[in-house]
Amino acid sequence: MASQLLQAAVLGVLTGGVYALMASGLTLIFGVMRIINVGQGALVILGAYLSFVLFNTWHIDPFLGLLVTMPAMFLIGVVLELVFIRPLKTDRESLSVLVTYALALGIEGVLGFVFTANYRELSVWYDTASVPLFGFRITLVYVFGFALCLAILGALFLVLYRTTFGAAIRATMLNRTAAQLIGIDVEGVSAVAFGIGMATAAAGGAVFGITTAFNPNSHYDLISRLLTVIVLGGLGSLRGAVVAALIMLVTQDVASVIIAPEWSAFVFFVILVAVLLVRPQGLYGVRVRERI
Amino acid sequence: MNAARRFAPRVALLLVAIVAILLPVLEPNPASINVAVFTMMYVGLASAWNIMGGYTGYISLGHAGFFGLGAYTLGLGVAHLGIGPGYGPFALVPLAGLLTGLFALPIGWIALRTRAATFVIVTIAVMFMLQLAAMNLIGLTGGTGGLSLPVPRWSGDFYNTPFYYAMLILASLTIAVSWWIRRSKFGLGLLAIRDDEDKAMAVGVPTRQFKLAAFVISAALVGMIGGVYAYYVTYVYPEFVIDPLTGISMVLMAFLGGLGTLTGPVLGALLVEPAQLSLAYNFGASRLYLVFYSGVFLVVILLLPRGIVPSVRDLTIGWWTRGGPGRAAGPSPGPSTPAPGNVVAP
Repeated sequence: MASQLLQAAVLGVLTGGVYALMASGLTLIFGVMRIINVGQGALVILGAYLSFVLFNTWHIDPFLGLLVTMPAMFLIGVVLELVFIRPLKTDRESLSVLVTYALALGIEGVLGFVFTANYRELSVWYDTASVPLFGFRITLVYVFGFALCLAILGALFLVLYRTTFGAAIRATMLNRTAAQLIGIDVEGVSAVAFGIGMATAAAGGAVFGITTAFNPNSHYDLISRLLTVIVLGGLGSLRGAVVAALIMLVTQDVASVIIAPEWSAFVFFVILVAVLLVRPQGLYGVRVRERI
Repeated sequence: MNAARRFAPRVALLLVAIVAILLPVLEPNPASINVAVFTMMYVGLASAWNIMGGYTGYISLGHAGFFGLGAYTLGLGVAHLGIGPGYGPFALVPLAGLLTGLFALPIGWIALRTRAATFVIVTIAVMFMLQLAAMNLIGLTGGTGGLSLPVPRWSGDFYNTPFYYAMLILASLTIAVSWWIRRSKFGLGLLAIRDDEDKAMAVGVPTRQFKLAAFVISAALVGMIGGVYAYYVTYVYPEFVIDPLTGISMVLMAFLGGLGTLTGPVLGALLVEPAQLSLAYNFGASRLYLVFYSGVFLVVILLLPRGIVPSVRDLTIGWWTRGGPGRAAGPSPGPSTPAPGNVVAP
């Protein structure tokens, strides 16, 4: 039991990294633009399908394929922002939820048309190979995935905290109007932030596609988890998203050992409810007065 | 002129009511009545959703969860009380509303600790939580295998008609409740919350109680409609009765018609649901109808964010007062907009 628990905890940390990556894009978009991208789950699935096509058609390794899919998804994100998000002038927060929901449905429809509803999986060699760790074996893909997430999240933090552009992003997150007043191109920052969010979805999608069988429908399950993660972390807090993803996934994996696997997803919601009762603004969130 | 404007809506309402009541006689084809059942269902759902989403501005994307709660209440009630096929199960519809309302009370109490964006997320999460519970509580709900309801032994030509009237009654009830709320002090408080919650609180609107009441009323109405739906399709599966698409459909319809208006959700449902049914019927297997659906949604929100009813109203007000269109769009003209007869022409 103890070794099972330890194994669950280690696995939770490793998969938590992947969720942290996917959620980081979501929370970054919220922080910069004050919109909730309900389509993030569908975009992760889109990323998974892109990796799937590259792998099946040209035998490009999903991790290597990120060199193609991440820039591609970045561009898709910028275009989506320009066409669908920027025109929203009034009541952005609610309308954007609906717009991105509609985008998710559209992506689901297109993917369903192209790839049918059959479940797919990226079967790479490291999906079955494993390494020994603390006396049990960990499948390599989780290790690789975690390393990838560390690298991308690290790069993201470096950009945010060590570059001028990162400072512009953070300024926009703190106060959009003030940022605009001191000459920051907040519209441009928003488009790039949305693009970065998509790029993280591409990376998350590649790992998700290796570890999990997916079909066009999978985004509902994914987005409800990602949204729960960013609410727990505090909307708009990158650090919060990372910490919350680790907490959620470790708790979930441990709960599936202690209680039962089919109830493990329920843990997400129990934690969510507990957080809302004790601290509605999330771990790292600040209580904001809205619409003053 | 004024008399005509006062009576025109009543005459129109009467005509609509007569057509709605006589529909199964005018168009007895069971396939048409099937479309009418689902359209009337969404008239009710969109109007019920509007009581929360439209009046208070709190967008719930999780109302499909309440739809499912109502469906399960009816399914389980019929099974455990041993009610046979026929008109008996309809008697349980109020119970479905009551139980859904009771469930919605704690859910709303927790969800309404948050505002705007977080509230939307919480409603989505709650919906998936209910779906997961329905799948896992196998002893109660039958899990993914679902529940079966008794099939009424009505003739094929007549089969859909009782369900049409049941949906019509619930839709009318919902519209009546919505109308009553809209012109009550309670409704005024809800609109104040939508426009500025902090100021509403400052002037003494009991915002928490009002929001929770609107949430519970809205959920209970949706639950009753879910109950009739369960009996109509005679089975209850977690994925079908708690379908995110149901939740987003009612939102789309309310948005298309006009958020926070009485007639908007009705109009939206009448336009969208028949189109959706024919698309799903023709392209259902390829899931291409989702693409169409998302296209309509995007066009509506980007080009007509305020919905049809408010936009058309502004247009006609322009005509009535100035003999031409062009009145600047106000921020939120619900039915509280002064009657055109009272608008002073510049």
